[in-house]
Amino acid sequence: MDPKKVIICRCEDITLEDVRNAIKEGYTSWDQLKRVLRIGMGPCGGKTCRILVLRELAQHLNVPIDEVKTRPTVVRPPLRATPLKVFAKEGK
Amino acid sequence: MIEPDVLVVGGGPAGMNAALAAANAGATVLLVDRFQNLGGQLVKQTHKFFGWAARGAGARGFELAQKWEGEIQNHPRIRTLLGFEVIGAYKDGIWLAADLEDFYKIKPKRVVIATGASERMITFENNDYPGVYGAGAVQTLMNVYGVLPGERYLIVGSGNVGVIVAYQLLQAQAKVEAIIDILPRLGGAYWVHAAKIQRAGVPILLKRTITGVYGEGHVERAETIGVDEKFQPIPGTERTFSVDVVLLAVGLMPLSELLFELGVREYYIPELGGFVPWHDETGRTSHPEIFVAGDVAGIEEATTAALQGRISGLQTALDLGYEVNKDEIDELKMLLTQFRRSSLSEKVCQGLERLHTKGV
Repeated sequence: MDPKKVIICRCEDITLEDVRNAIKEGYTSWDQLKRVLRIGMGPCGGKTCRILVLRELAQHLNVPIDEVKTRPTVVRPPLRATPLKVFAKEGK
Repeated sequence: MIEPDVLVVGGGPAGMNAALAAANAGATVLLVDRFQNLGGQLVKQTHKFFGWAARGAGARGFELAQKWEGEIQNHPRIRTLLGFEVIGAYKDGIWLAADLEDFYKIKPKRVVIATGASERMITFENNDYPGVYGAGAVQTLMNVYGVLPGERYLIVGSGNVGVIVAYQLLQAQAKVEAIIDILPRLGGAYWVHAAKIQRAGVPILLKRTITGVYGEGHVERAETIGVDEKFQPIPGTERTFSVDVVLLAVGLMPLSELLFELGVREYYIPELGGFVPWHDETGRTSHPEIFVAGDVAGIEEATTAALQGRISGLQTALDLGYEVNKDEIDELKMLLTQFRRSSLSEKVCQGLERLHTKGV
């Protein structure tokens, strides 16, 4: 399998090769990868890629998947792409 | 600001039943769903259900959804907010629901999260090509909108979803070339369903995985390969399928983002689909005012989701001082246990046991 042809994050078009290269460069947490690759920052908010990236990280770090570091507050509102005009009005 | 006793997020089998149970006990309920109609995944289910959920109703999934939707729309204590998505949960107890024009502030006393699941993706070459679909997407196109996205299908994953979609595709006159599964055994489909599609000429090929899809800008063929016990590819076992759709039915993951926002305790339990919020028998999470029901609490299916919804709905009403017959909660718990006794639920039960042995 050519990692250049495997998409990990569909929203931001990040390939398996991009993720592996970034990990090799030393970005070894979800947060760091997110900052350097924008992974998980598209409209889906990481629903698709989170688990795939965590699995890559777990393999690299040789730890179980739930020991890969993620901050508990890494998910923030708004959960979906929401036009700013919605918030320009007073909430009902 | 809307101030219901109970906010229910998600109008599938779990959410609808949570809303009905809480409201029947006397609580005021706000039920929010991002679609214009209630039912969640049930609206796509054309096959028959059995057991508790089907009692006194049409036995097919979408008929169950219609029955519960009717009860909800006529209920004096349930308000629905359809076409709105709950996009935020804040530490001060305020929740936000928005569409593309407006937003509502909600301050509930209890919350039942019944957001369901999202589909898993797997890695293979060109896995974002047009023609690669999740099973849920194909079911929506086919069973809700009457559109077949392609003519020839390869299904990846022999679980309940993969096998049922294969059957529905055959009913819709599509050609299903094969179902493949990386595991050495059927992935948890009802044996009768699997036997039925094999009789209809669809081979189920175990210990086989997909390595890539190719074509001019969209899927024209899929490459697969046999794997050994360690899931390593075995050279010489390659097999090409000439298909225009690759349908991924490789599992679901709990859709628990709202809970992550609040820092609700979660554990990674593969048997339940991945990261799962810790919860007790009534669905209460590590946040005492927030409950989970249905797939977000661990991947199962519609009947258990409905039962979990009933239980957590009753528990929220009980919390708030409404009169609830505790025998009813016990009876529902018993039904849930009975339903999970089938061999298909073995994995789920192991997962729940692991979850429960972990602390809050």
